[in-house]
Amino acid sequence: MATFNFELVSPERVLFSGQVDAVILPASDGEMTVLAGHAPMMTTLKTGFLIITDTPGNGRRVLVRGGFADVNPNGLTVLAERALPAEELTQEILDREILQAEMQYDATNDPAAKHAAESAVAQLREAKAALNF
Amino acid sequence: MPSLKDLRNRIASVKATQKITKAMQMVAAAKLRRAQTAAEAARPYAQRMAEVLGNLASGITVGPETPRLLAGTGSDRVHLLIVCTAERGLCGAFNSSISRLAREHATRLMAEGKTVKIICVGKKGYDILRRQFSQQIIEFVDLRSVRQIGFEQADMIAQKVLGLFEQGEFDVATLFYSQFRSVIAQIPTAQQIVPTQIEATGAASDAVYEYEPEEGEILETLLPRNLTVQIFRALLENAASEQGARMSAMDNATRNAGEMIKKQTMTYNRSRQAMITKELIEIISGAEAL
Repeated sequence: MATFNFELVSPERVLFSGQVDAVILPASDGEMTVLAGHAPMMTTLKTGFLIITDTPGNGRRVLVRGGFADVNPNGLTVLAERALPAEELTQEILDREILQAEMQYDATNDPAAKHAAESAVAQLREAKAALNF
Repeated sequence: MPSLKDLRNRIASVKATQKITKAMQMVAAAKLRRAQTAAEAARPYAQRMAEVLGNLASGITVGPETPRLLAGTGSDRVHLLIVCTAERGLCGAFNSSISRLAREHATRLMAEGKTVKIICVGKKGYDILRRQFSQQIIEFVDLRSVRQIGFEQADMIAQKVLGLFEQGEFDVATLFYSQFRSVIAQIPTAQQIVPTQIEATGAASDAVYEYEPEEGEILETLLPRNLTVQIFRALLENAASEQGARMSAMDNATRNAGEMIKKQTMTYNRSRQAMITKELIEIISGAEAL
């Protein structure tokens, strides 16, 4: 299977850099899979799991909270606002994230921002359920 | 001529000072390593951000719909200076060189008849600039309680700046900080952050980009984000520079103290010997007189 270059960076560090088969992105208009040779594209991300397939049949999950994905001929770059690999997630971290998202929801009056915060809370709850906490 | 006791006291006090400066140097060295890794880890994000922004901006033409963060307000009457310095002193010329750069900038702008507003991040810069620009300083951000600079602090400052921009409080914003080159070289830097300056990417791909959602919408989220990232980077560079500056300043101080101890010990020994000789002469001449 053709591979392409993928980089996942958060403000604090580089989380992943290397060749991958496929990446599933939580794009703001719905989940999408990026494969090698994808047309140049740019999209914003919502809260959700980003799944990296670096070898067939293997998926690494990273929880991202917002950011940007840039697909260009050189590969895919994801700039995540916050990124937490699934193996580092604990119940406390998730609970804190949920609380933060809820606070964001309460703090804003802008309908678009309110909607984004609402879906972030839902996504985080789902993540919590998926990880059996 | 000071007495022997005075000299002894003086040597003891210099020795005590040397111990303190030595300890501070070692603490700074340890902190520097941490700050340096943090600053280096943050670089890729800022770089990718600039690339993405460059890609995006090269595709659009500046028009009335362009976000004001990119296009500017159309005038440059009111300038906002964000001066980032340290919370503590004893780090050589670190704080004063950033403040000097900011002061020169502010004086020049004021001479041109522009309005200047200043946000101080860090107590030291505030103390220095307060004397001359107490009218211009609109805000002072205290980061003393923050041990490790995180993205939240940068975000907080960026939100303040964005709030001011939306209220039309300024036209151009410039960030002052110290770039970390090495332990002995920190370069005070002025960087314009509003309107956003796009580095022209040489290899502008002519491939047609697809945008999801709309181009303008992406740009609208990307630009404030970029501002936060730039401030974050500045804060981290500053933290590393501060420790570097402190380390070399304390290294100097320790060396100077060592030299001073050497000199004082020499004087002490000389006068001790002179005293012994004097006493001997007194005894001998006393014996001869008998």
